[in-house]
Amino acid sequence: MADLPLIRNFREDGVFAYCSGKPIGTARFLQHVLYLASQLPSAAYVVNLCADRYQFSVALAAALVRRQVSLLPPNHTPDLFRRLSRSYPDAYCIVDSTVEHRPFSIFSFPKLTDTPQPPDSIPAIPAAQVAAIVLTSGSTGEPTPHPKTWGALVGSVTAEFERLGLSTKPGTSIVGTVPPQHMYGLESTVVLPMQGGLALHSGRPFYPADIASELEALPRPRGLVTTPVHLRTLICESAVLPAADFLVCATAPLSPQLAAAAEKRFAAALYEVYGCTEAGQVATRRTVKTSEWSALPGITLRKDERGTWIKGGHVSGEVLLGDVIELRGRQRFLLHGRHADLVNIAGKRTSLAHLNYHLNSIEGVRDGVFVVPQADEGEAVTRLMALVVAPGMTRSTLMKALRRRIDPAFLPRPLCFVEALPRNATSKLPREALATLVNELSTRAA
Amino acid sequence: MTKTSAQRLPPAATPTPEELALAQLIVTALNLDVVAAEIDPNAPLYREGLGLDSIDILEVALVISKSYGVKIRSDDENNLKIFSSLRSLSHHLQQNRTQ
Repeated sequence: MADLPLIRNFREDGVFAYCSGKPIGTARFLQHVLYLASQLPSAAYVVNLCADRYQFSVALAAALVRRQVSLLPPNHTPDLFRRLSRSYPDAYCIVDSTVEHRPFSIFSFPKLTDTPQPPDSIPAIPAAQVAAIVLTSGSTGEPTPHPKTWGALVGSVTAEFERLGLSTKPGTSIVGTVPPQHMYGLESTVVLPMQGGLALHSGRPFYPADIASELEALPRPRGLVTTPVHLRTLICESAVLPAADFLVCATAPLSPQLAAAAEKRFAAALYEVYGCTEAGQVATRRTVKTSEWSALPGITLRKDERGTWIKGGHVSGEVLLGDVIELRGRQRFLLHGRHADLVNIAGKRTSLAHLNYHLNSIEGVRDGVFVVPQADEGEAVTRLMALVVAPGMTRSTLMKALRRRIDPAFLPRPLCFVEALPRNATSKLPREALATLVNELSTRAA
Repeated sequence: MTKTSAQRLPPAATPTPEELALAQLIVTALNLDVVAAEIDPNAPLYREGLGLDSIDILEVALVISKSYGVKIRSDDENNLKIFSSLRSLSHHLQQNRTQ
């Protein structure tokens, strides 16, 4: 397979990133990458925990140059780090803030001064090289690794670049509200700028007022890569929003009403991206125009008794999607929610099997189950409920034990102590019996 | 909050009427499984304590903006301090409220 350049589509004097309002050119970025690459310890794997998006990108690129694989964990729970260190014993962690002790050796992101001369050429990375392993929580306690070759990442964002029409907007800059360690954040806020010649924004603004002002501070054209949760708070809170040139939203489907409000308030087209960690980006839609998703170039879908499969384009092999899908042709489809065992809360995903495994692994818990409550309409985040049989345990002890094992987004709300779960003779939990118990508990609480 | 978990915390201070109103707003907005009057005004809002996460904090920022006219910014120097407890958040809102 061929080599692909680390960055492309930039003008000679192109801006690679805006860090605290200051532009950093591509030559400077490459200097930083080569300097960091010369400093990194020798290892096969590096856990990239940099929170600053520019430093994350420099670390990712330096690892690529050194042929090291970047590990991108879905959360920072002590349990996950312990498991990761067992699977990747020689890995080290690169961090740009103080962190609590982890079972990895820590490499602190250095001050980027006095770097060598810029390179004569842009580093080329073999397309077949594994650039990153994105981790998701699997159905047991162990995280599931999803290896991404440099070629697959580049292919995915190239398709996105064309679909969003960004080739007609040279020098566009992008603000992202999603972490770069998440598959969506990695593709749309890091690799897309690197390959599309766009300027990334080093921050990760959180509050609506921050997102609006960071976006406004960038020169146009400019775009916002965000989620339904952030978009909703932006629309609700801010009276005036800065004009943008495009909006990208992913992690959960957006309602047409919110999409229309966002387009109007930002005076920009909003594209939703549908994807998954296994395949990367799969399809997009302009939500105000159609509810149908249109697959990215080269990707086709097919259905069998196990579900919907995609292949082609940047997707390597054939991937089974975790969603209920209605095909409208080989490249067009409607989404009808997740399969029963999968959970997605504010873009973080896991399976009930994984959560139940952790709940039942806590000493003192005799039986326990997580339940997905009926979701309300709209973008408000629905939390999970858990029923647990744990005589003698206090709520705070149990919550503390859960907090060590699972991402905060999945912590149960409410956590209900019960005397027994309605298991049948084969010790299965019939859906109806569980629903009846959940109803009783909810009515009692109300 | 159950009796047993309350025993593990330091003795709860009595909330002021402003703190109680804010607690009620938060409990309603987040659909929390606790009684507003039982929230210790000095206990942390994040993680241990009330157990809020970043998605909750975003929601709290939204209802605060609507009810008090105060917009929370992460470059507010004392952002971490503001969200450290119900008492400090309430204090910040009383100092800065416009409605």
